[in-house]
Amino acid sequence: MSQPDHLVSTGDSGTELHYTFKVEGGDFGSAGSVSTGIKKILQQIGVKPETVRKTAIATYEAEINVVIHASQGEILLTANRSAIQIVVRDKGPGIPDVDLAMQPGYSTASEAVREMGFGAGMGLPNMQRCADTLNITSKVGEGTIVEMIFTNE
Amino acid sequence: MDFSDLRDGAHSLYPHAMTLDEVRGILSAQVLCCSDMLSIGIKFACGCDLMSDVLAFTQPGALLLTGLTNNQVVRTAEVLDLTAIVFCRDKQPDAETISLAEELKIPLLSSPHPLYESCGLLFKNGLNGCGGLRK
Repeated sequence: MSQPDHLVSTGDSGTELHYTFKVEGGDFGSAGSVSTGIKKILQQIGVKPETVRKTAIATYEAEINVVIHASQGEILLTANRSAIQIVVRDKGPGIPDVDLAMQPGYSTASEAVREMGFGAGMGLPNMQRCADTLNITSKVGEGTIVEMIFTNE
Repeated sequence: MDFSDLRDGAHSLYPHAMTLDEVRGILSAQVLCCSDMLSIGIKFACGCDLMSDVLAFTQPGALLLTGLTNNQVVRTAEVLDLTAIVFCRDKQPDAETISLAEELKIPLLSSPHPLYESCGLLFKNGLNGCGGLRK
């Protein structure tokens, strides 16, 4: 298991783990490796399988989005006994209309990305389906921040 | 047959589960990696080229049949704990993708049949889809 950035004692929730992972835009060879690494960490610290599954699926969709659309990004994992938080931040084109982007089937991905099995406008709806809370903030020309919470209870 | 990954009582839920070797035989498929894993049990399958749909609707343990051969198919299988992947119409992934699957212990097969026929052959032989299992 990779080492966390730091551990924080949080009283009732026990120890909280913090990890930061880099994601390179355009690197389809490694795309998904952060998400599967996070999945392994969550399995090793005893998170419920269904929570692991939902977190892995949503994080993978978010990671793919960074690789497709952004020049670079990072994924921050915070985990304690009761919940998992995933924050995905990227430097990229941003999303002009988040409500429109949330609609199933809406996509601005290239044909090359579609040929890889993504870019069909299902990523954000999949994240919404898996996460208990999903917040997206975006600035056109700067980047996007996706925050997701997965309860483990 | 090795169905050790099925929980107690699961045989009644999956009466037509088959081994990966039986899948290979039914599809006349070529084994591309993990040939030592052909005794694993397959409970159900899905056929899909859209990985976002696979992520949304596939159950852990499923066999994936697809016409895509890039490494994201293997990553998707890893995220979802899929049992194995069958590439249809004799498609072959590149060496890097095969190497990734070998490392992750996800068997890869290549079927000469197109996707629809590959799914149909397995379904005709009793292998169910994931659809009825959705919560």
